[in-house]
Amino acid sequence: MDFFSGLFSALPTAIELGLFNALTVLALFLSYSMLNVCDLSTDGCYTLGAAVGAVVAISGQPYLSIPIAMGAGIISGFITAILQTKMGVDSLLAGIIVNTGLYSVNIAIMGNKSLLNLNGVQTVFSDFKPVMDSVKNNVLDIFGADKDSVLSTILDFFSSDIIIGLIAVTIVTIFLSLFLKTRMGLAVRATGNNPDMVRSSSINPTVTTIVGLCIANAFTALSGCLFAQSQKSMSIDVGTGMVTVALAALLIGGAFMGKGKIPKRAVGAILGAIIFRIVYTIALRFHMPSFMLKLVSSVIVIAAITGPYIKSKYPEFARRMKYRKGGRINNADS
Amino acid sequence: MLTLDNISKTFNPGTVNSKLALDKLSLDVENGDFITVIGANGAGKSTMFNAISGVFMTDSGSIILDGKDITFMPEYKRSKTIGRLFQDPMKGSAPDMTIEENLALAAGRGGWLSRIKKSDREFFREKLSELDMGLENRMNNPVGLLSGGQRQALTLMMATINPPKLLLLDEHTAALDPKTAEKVLELTTKIVDENKLTCLMVTHNMQSALELGNRTIMMMDGRIIYDVKGKERDRLSVQDLLDRFKENAGRALTNDRMLLI
Repeated sequence: MDFFSGLFSALPTAIELGLFNALTVLALFLSYSMLNVCDLSTDGCYTLGAAVGAVVAISGQPYLSIPIAMGAGIISGFITAILQTKMGVDSLLAGIIVNTGLYSVNIAIMGNKSLLNLNGVQTVFSDFKPVMDSVKNNVLDIFGADKDSVLSTILDFFSSDIIIGLIAVTIVTIFLSLFLKTRMGLAVRATGNNPDMVRSSSINPTVTTIVGLCIANAFTALSGCLFAQSQKSMSIDVGTGMVTVALAALLIGGAFMGKGKIPKRAVGAILGAIIFRIVYTIALRFHMPSFMLKLVSSVIVIAAITGPYIKSKYPEFARRMKYRKGGRINNADS
Repeated sequence: MLTLDNISKTFNPGTVNSKLALDKLSLDVENGDFITVIGANGAGKSTMFNAISGVFMTDSGSIILDGKDITFMPEYKRSKTIGRLFQDPMKGSAPDMTIEENLALAAGRGGWLSRIKKSDREFFREKLSELDMGLENRMNNPVGLLSGGQRQALTLMMATINPPKLLLLDEHTAALDPKTAEKVLELTTKIVDENKLTCLMVTHNMQSALELGNRTIMMMDGRIIYDVKGKERDRLSVQDLLDRFKENAGRALTNDRMLLI
């Protein structure tokens, strides 16, 4: 029982972190699944969003921090996109180069520090908390329930962090679902789906790649910005391995939702992020050390990508085994 | 209509693999011409198409389309007025997107942020029914589910949904089975006739090279070695065509994919 109650109390944090991660997963859904570019600048861009979000919040502008962080993400995405479309840099290399450069940029933004403390700093979350508390008290009053009731526990579950995470994820999902149906969105998808076709049509692949990566990186930066403000601290390595964690979540989501319509797949990506976090929380309960997170995400990505490949190769392997055992004559059937 | 004036292109210049793919090639295409292009492997047929559509910039010479100098115009801009079909049916459409979405991209109606409207759907449905393949009832299916022939027919529709000034067909039926190839070819001539398109078509089928269109050009080593139209062409047989090649090229026309009958 102790295990489950402990798990339950850790669940809100898992969902909250899952929701913030989901924004990065949605960014990769656009760049990796739609545009077919594995954007390796994701780690640096996530940290960039967190750094900008923290610094602007510390300067006393928590609301301005969101658009500024997203703007920083757009600039980073633009540079990655220009490198691979106009400068002849391979798309993976372009991401790695930008990622490396962003490390210095991020430290510079954080004022030559590698750690920022946001305790006592006004953030989007600290502003929203009193609002949520008063809503909760009003609801409890209406139902005449006290602070130990089930209703209270349920309402506690929806902390201000989770609500803000939900709002952000919902807006981004709706935006993506609408955008990917517009003519520009279709062009972005075609660029990832069939470059040959795009080259011989009147779509300019440079433009679609730039648009896709700018939007994706804006979401990645937003993800980092919200994460930093909710955690009330910001360290230079928050983004390390983010691209693998997000890819793992994306692939988990894909396994659950399959290939359907865009909104369904986007919801799959969000669920993937949350499931990933919950599984991770359960693993921590089983005394897995927290530093294992990155290894676990690597293993998930490896399994999700190699799984289908190995499955497709299995019949060949099975036949070879049979052949070795002397089934050379009747190896055609079964 | 289309003028190629002494265009040349050398691939891998200055290396052992250096190849003169287009050798001061000149061609004048009249408005409404339907030209069939024949030649051996490596004669420069596809290279000429790629030069016209801007896949690469030529080393010398100029390209004029409809009175406009397009010599240095980037590929995606030329694509607004030049429709293209390739041998590989997979090249012309996005497999994970629906038929409707592919057509919407090709039609390019409305602004960049506009979505597919009801009127667009009706227009696509009407266009697809012209293909007579039942695709009008599968508009929400991913294109990847279509057969090669259906996909090539769809690509043809996409390339001509906004009638281009010039249609380039690079052996677009060569990868299809004979029956489907015939059907796609039939559709091609129908669409070309209806829209009065100017068209260049590479083919390895000598018979259709003579039957289709109003002019035939023969290429070798990046040059046009024989150009025939009008009455002279009407009298030509496949054997005559092969003889002409030998006469002009000094060797027999050999091509492993050539269909002589």
